Amino acid sequence: MVMMNRGAVYEVLPGPEGILPPAATVMGVCLPEEGEGLLHGRIVSEEEAMRSAAIAMLTRRNPTLFPGPLMLWGWTEHTRDKSAPFFEVAREIPGVRIIPMPDYRPIYPKIDPEAVINPCHPNLTIWHNKIEACVLIGVHCHFANVTLKIIRGGTNCFTIALCAEAGHEDAMSSVPNVGAEKIARFAEILRLVKKEGVKPLYAGQGIIPSGWAQVASLGGSAGGQNGAFVDNGLSHHGLSHDLEHGLDENEE
Amino acid sequence: MSESAVIEEVKTNPQGDVITSAPPPKADAKKGAASQRVVSPDYLMLQAPREAVFMTGSEAAKEAIRRANVDIAISYPITPQSETMQQVGYLYAEGYLKDYYRGEEEYGVMSAIAGASRAGVRCLTATAGPGLIRGMEVIASWPGGRLPSMLLIMCRVINAPLAIQPDNVELSYMLNTGGILFHAENQQDFYDYILAGFMIGEKPEVTLPVAVAVDGFFVTHARGWVSLPSADIKLPPRDCYHEAVPMMDNENPPIRISRDAPIQKSNFISYHMHASWQQEVWAAQARANKWVKRWMGSPIEVVNPTAKTIIVASGAMVSQSREAVRQASEQGIEVGLVKIKSLRPFPSQELVEAVDGADRIIVPEFNYVGWLAKEVRSAIPRTERVISGPRVFGGMTMPTELIMSYVKGRR
Repeated sequence: MVMMNRGAVYEVLPGPEGILPPAATVMGVCLPEEGEGLLHGRIVSEEEAMRSAAIAMLTRRNPTLFPGPLMLWGWTEHTRDKSAPFFEVAREIPGVRIIPMPDYRPIYPKIDPEAVINPCHPNLTIWHNKIEACVLIGVHCHFANVTLKIIRGGTNCFTIALCAEAGHEDAMSSVPNVGAEKIARFAEILRLVKKEGVKPLYAGQGIIPSGWAQVASLGGSAGGQNGAFVDNGLSHHGLSHDLEHGLDENEE
Repeated sequence: MSESAVIEEVKTNPQGDVITSAPPPKADAKKGAASQRVVSPDYLMLQAPREAVFMTGSEAAKEAIRRANVDIAISYPITPQSETMQQVGYLYAEGYLKDYYRGEEEYGVMSAIAGASRAGVRCLTATAGPGLIRGMEVIASWPGGRLPSMLLIMCRVINAPLAIQPDNVELSYMLNTGGILFHAENQQDFYDYILAGFMIGEKPEVTLPVAVAVDGFFVTHARGWVSLPSADIKLPPRDCYHEAVPMMDNENPPIRISRDAPIQKSNFISYHMHASWQQEVWAAQARANKWVKRWMGSPIEVVNPTAKTIIVASGAMVSQSREAVRQASEQGIEVGLVKIKSLRPFPSQELVEAVDGADRIIVPEFNYVGWLAKEVRSAIPRTERVISGPRVFGGMTMPTELIMSYVKGRR
C-alpha cells in the first residue's frame, strides 16, 4: 500500500470522519485488481472483502441495500441479469431494507429519507434510518464515490460497494467487476458466515418494507420469514416496472 | 480544350477568391478506413510492429487520429493548430471519422464537444493560445461533467501584443481544471500520447477529458522520425455504458437522468455535494496514473539519475535540455534530466525520487511565469535546490548555451 507523505497509512473506516474527508485515492489507496478487494483501504482477497462485508451486513444495525439506476432501470442485459441475485442477497440478510437511488438529481425541498437515498445528501437517509451498514450496487462510479465520501464524513455507517467496474476506494469494503455471478457469490458468503456462527442481529426477520412503495409491492409478500420478495417478473424485467415513472417531487 | 472550359474549372468562393482547397477524394478513398480492424489498446500501443516515418507533428497527430476510432471532430481554425485539423479533414474525407465540422468559435466548439462527449461518442478538438483561453470556461467544466474527450493544444502566445509564436504560458491555465494534461516533447510523443490519452480518459474509474499539448511550430511544423504501426488497425470504440456517469441516452428511459445537472440548486448540502464532487474529480485524475504507467511507460523519463545537477523539463524544452546534457557531457560535467510527460496527474512521487540525490534542479521553460518551476517546488522537499529558469518567451527559442550557463552556475 502506498504511504502518505506523513508516513501514516490512510484507513477507510466508518466515520464520522468529520467535514470533507479526503478522497481515499489521493491519500494513496489504490483500486483492486480482478480477484482482489478493498477492506478499509487495504488490498485484500475478494473473498476477504466479501466476508467482512457480509459480517457487517449481518451484525450492524439497520442493514440496507441501495440499488442505483444501473440496477433499477434494466438498461442492459448485464444490469437485468443482476436483479435475481440481488434479491438473493436481500433474502440472506434478516431485517434488511431496500432503499433505491433512482437518479442523481437533488430532490427539493427535501427528500423522503425512508423512500430514497440521494447522492446530494445521502447522510440524511443514513441518519434518519440509523443505518450502520449498507451496500451500494448499480450506482454510477462518480456518484457512488461522492455518496460514499459524504457518508464517511458524517455517519458511522459501514459502506460496501459492489461495483461493476474498478471498485471504490472510498468504501470500507469494495469488490470490482461485480456481475450477477459475484452477487450470487456474495449471497453464498452470507450463508457461509451464518453457518460458521455469525449470528444475525435481526435473526428471524425478513426484508423490511421500505424504500419506494413500488419497490416493496414488486415482491408481493415482502417482510416474511423467508423474505419472499422476488416475483417471476424481476428476473426478466429488472426492477424497472413502475419505477420508470420516476420520482416527481422534483418536477418544475 | 476551349477557353470556356478552362474558365469553368476555376472555382471561386462568394467573395470571388479562387478556391484552393484539395480536390474531393477519389471513389476508393474510403477503402482504407473500411478495412481497418479493431485491436486491443495494448496491441496497438505496445505490441504492434512499427516502422519509422519522417513527418511533421501535425502529420503525427493525423496518424494517431487515423488509428483512434474517433467518432467526431469539431474545431475552429487558429495558428498553429490549423494544419493539424486540416489533416483531420482529410481523414474525415477518407472515412476515418464519422463527422467533422467547424464550430462558430472556440466557446461553441468546446460546448459542442461537451455535448458530443455526453452523448457517448469519442470526440476530438484542437486549439491554440487565444483559442484555448476563449474556450476555457467550457473546458474547465468538462472534468466536472466527467466528459471524456481529446483536446490537442498547440501552444502559442496568448497575451498582447498579438503574436502567433511559441510560448506555453497557456498550459498554466490548464493545470487546475481537473482534467488530464500531457506535454509532448516531439512528434513521436504527439502520436503516442494521443492514443494513450483516448484510452486513459475513457477508463471507467477515470472518465475525464485529456489534453495533449505540444509547443507550436517547434513540434507541429517541424519534422521528426515517428515510429508507427500499420494503418489498418485501430483502437476499440468508446464504451460509454461503462463510465463513471450516465451518458445522455436519448433512446432509453429515463432520459431525465441527465436532463439537468444535479447541483444547480443551492442549499447547504449542495455545497457539500459540490465539494465532494470536486474531490472526486481530482481523485479520478489520480487514478489515471496507473494507466499512464501502462501505456506511456512512466509519467517521467530520467537520464543520468545520479547527477548532482538535474534539469527538469517538459515539452520541447526537453529536447533543448537533452542537447545541453550532451554538451555538458563533452565538457566532463554530468548533468541529469527528468522529462515530465504527464503534467496532470503530476508525478510528484516519481519526481521526489528522481531528484532525491540532486543538489541543484534547473527548470528551463518556454514562458514568462515559470509554471513548471512552481509545480516542481510544490512537489519536492528541500525547495532551495530549485533554480527557476532559464526562461524564454514570446516566440524565442532556447539557446542551449543559456541552459549551460545555468548548469555552470553563472546565473
